Amino acid sequence: MSTTAIPAGTKWWNGGRSPFNSSYGKVMMWYFLMSDAFTFGAFLISYGTIRFSVNDWADPNHVFNSFPFAGHANLPLAFVSLMTFILIFSSVTMVLAVHEGHKMNRKAVEKYMIMTIIGGLAFLGCQAWEWTHLLTGEHVTLMHDGTLATLATTVKSNPWGVAVPHDQVLAALQKTPHDQLINIVNSLGHGGAAHHDAAAMSHDQLISTIQAADLHVNTVGRPAFGSYFFGITGFHGFHVFSGVIINIVMYIKTRLGHFDQRGHYEMIEKAGLYWHFVDLVWVFVFLCFYLI
Amino acid sequence: MSSVASTHDVVSHGHSDAHHEHHHHETFISKYVFSMDHKMIAKQFLITGIIWAIIGGFFSVIFRLQLGYPESTFPWLEDILGHWAKGGKLHPEFYYALVTMHGTVLVFFVLTAGLSGTFANFLIPLQIGARDMASPMLNMLSYWFFFLASIIMVSSLFVQTGPASGGWTIYPPLSALGDASLGSKIGMDLWLVAMAMFIVSSLLGGLNYITTILNMRTKGMSMTRMPLTIWALFFTAVLGVLSFPVLLSGAILLLFDRNLGTSFFLSDIIVAGKILPNEGGSAILFQHLFWFLGHPEVYIILLPAMGMASEILSVNSRKPIFGYMAMVGSMFAITILAFLVWAHHMFVTGLNPFLGSVFVLLTLLIAVPSAIKVFNWLTTLWKGNIRFTPGMLFAIGFVSLFISGGLTGIFLGNSALDIHLHDTYFVIAHFHIVMGVASFFGMFAGIYHWYPKMFGTYLNNTLAYIHFWVTIIGAYLIFWPMHYEGLAGMPRRYYDYSNWESFKMFGGLNEFISLVAMIVFAVQLLFVFNFFYSIFKGRKVTTKNPWEANTLEWTTPIRPGHGNWPGEIPEVHRWAYDYAKDGKDFIPQDVPVGDDESKHH
Repeated sequence: MSTTAIPAGTKWWNGGRSPFNSSYGKVMMWYFLMSDAFTFGAFLISYGTIRFSVNDWADPNHVFNSFPFAGHANLPLAFVSLMTFILIFSSVTMVLAVHEGHKMNRKAVEKYMIMTIIGGLAFLGCQAWEWTHLLTGEHVTLMHDGTLATLATTVKSNPWGVAVPHDQVLAALQKTPHDQLINIVNSLGHGGAAHHDAAAMSHDQLISTIQAADLHVNTVGRPAFGSYFFGITGFHGFHVFSGVIINIVMYIKTRLGHFDQRGHYEMIEKAGLYWHFVDLVWVFVFLCFYLI
Repeated sequence: MSSVASTHDVVSHGHSDAHHEHHHHETFISKYVFSMDHKMIAKQFLITGIIWAIIGGFFSVIFRLQLGYPESTFPWLEDILGHWAKGGKLHPEFYYALVTMHGTVLVFFVLTAGLSGTFANFLIPLQIGARDMASPMLNMLSYWFFFLASIIMVSSLFVQTGPASGGWTIYPPLSALGDASLGSKIGMDLWLVAMAMFIVSSLLGGLNYITTILNMRTKGMSMTRMPLTIWALFFTAVLGVLSFPVLLSGAILLLFDRNLGTSFFLSDIIVAGKILPNEGGSAILFQHLFWFLGHPEVYIILLPAMGMASEILSVNSRKPIFGYMAMVGSMFAITILAFLVWAHHMFVTGLNPFLGSVFVLLTLLIAVPSAIKVFNWLTTLWKGNIRFTPGMLFAIGFVSLFISGGLTGIFLGNSALDIHLHDTYFVIAHFHIVMGVASFFGMFAGIYHWYPKMFGTYLNNTLAYIHFWVTIIGAYLIFWPMHYEGLAGMPRRYYDYSNWESFKMFGGLNEFISLVAMIVFAVQLLFVFNFFYSIFKGRKVTTKNPWEANTLEWTTPIRPGHGNWPGEIPEVHRWAYDYAKDGKDFIPQDVPVGDDESKHH
């Protein structure tokens, strides 16, 4: 037969076989990932273009310094490090699942897929907490008109401009309207002194309460910070979410024995490629938003 | 069977050899609507593309009416366009909507989806010897995402405020601010969503084309034995897969700017005396994102036409293609360069002149592979035994247009000249000839050449010759004069030129162009009639290989079923261009090499 004329390992490209025995599905996944890399690349390059065209930008050590249940403790980048660790760990369990798949070890594949899914969900949970924290956390900010106001980090507003010296804060306090002062006192909330009934306080009481709180006040920062942060981490989170869905489908198919019937666990490998890619993208997102 | 052979069975052709021998019962739905047969999907793309081409072409006729006869009114316009043409005079806002939709429809829906979608789907499995695409399922989804995109885009024509009207390049702030113009309202959102669906379609298709070419080639079909059509479609798919996602990023950010109050592309804008709160964005950033797709896009449109023209020129010259490897190499060079020249669309945006000069250099470099291709086509024709079939005429027409339009690219690629020429009719003339009409000619060549394989009938030749001659002469009559208008400084995208003393002298010329445009459009309708009439009433194909061509699609039955070859897939023994070799007129790819045969490939 003519097939015997082809020695193994040569003439990969002569047709009648897949080059390097890689299946079309895997090749397709690689090209898809390249395509997706261009989408993320475009986002991150856009971000970089804006980020480095200005002199001031939010300091990640200040923006990302909280931790769930840690109150107002200053823990710069601790939480995002945990998130990153969770995601990378889920990549490790994914590698193990693929490895067990090669050995046709269904039980072990199931175990590691479950761990990967849990890792993915944990990451999404962390991201949900972080987003909520930023979107609802009110910060006292020196507005453009010279008054103080409370501002959350959203796609449109950014309370993380340059730090304002103490005497400027005092001057701004005098100009701030009464209802804004009430908002500020309310935002001091837990962790500070005892709860006050802000609405019942006099103007001077409000000012002295705020002075006693020793606030860190920043000017209004670039709105692009929040826009890009939520835009890009959101797009990444959407990828993690799809990855979790894919992994759940893979887990179910493993349990139902589909891959045993098929004789190989290549689907797990393809899902793994996607999952590692999402992980890799996170490393770049982490670098761009948290480290520089 | 050796173990090597069995691994390859499992891994590569696992799905293709398994079924297809027997046909499960096909219903109307599974055969014509949700078909997974690449040939049917190709026809779906083609027919949807033809419908879009009629719509897009008709738009140009309407706005050419305005440009050619700015003083006249046409009461029938009000009958079809309603309040967009009150009293039979086109409303300026709608003029911009028509120009925008004409560009969008023809660039994306006709010359990308209609061209690549049709011929990549149709030719890749047939010419490389595969039963179907790598993933017929994704292939079907690719069409239906395109269909969804089409529905959304069509629906934008019917909203109260009209479709997008900021030009097919949708530059912000016009596209980002709903209050900027009527077309910036819901029409713009629909445009963006339709394009997002379109990009998904193009991605699913592109992934399929690439993997099918890499993985599903039949035995003996090495990469360098593939017909040039397949190489061209391969590079096209790579370009699409890597450049469309960047437009997707831009579209997503633009949707955020429009609907969530972000300022990615907006800063320091005053509308109607009111200062907008947006700050910190960059409108130029969008142009970079857009043109990173936009430039490769012109090669996505052009490369399939180049590939088909190469194949058709060789078949009908009865000669091997001249410089096969040079053809592949130049297409590769074009693919790489396509990603590195986008800023030549932005010379006058305030781009650093030094950076501009780098882009000038890279842009002019494209002339090298393009010239190689042109000379190879001409030398393929040289001393050929030419058969002037309609497909051949259109392929020759393609070469002619590519030369004429390509030469003006050298003017425009020059950043100094571009200061004068940008945004004039010179640009319109350039890109319409080189990528618009030329690619249409490639598409027509492909349709005339492969129609017998698609439908088992021939198109009517007399109508085809009328179609060709009116179209080629008409195309030159329409676009050649525009070069002069552009050199004289006549800007694009104006509603009415008759108010400017400097452009009044072009009044008669504009009327002439409009007149020819209408004639050419009418002849395209003749082609559409020929196309649909011949499916049912055309002369029947009686031989498997009517053009006496070498490629594998002509070894299938006259009307191939799902799976393409009833028996084994033929094995390939030679390249696709053994014409006039050893005294034989042609030797198909599946003929084994004889003992006494001369070697030249």
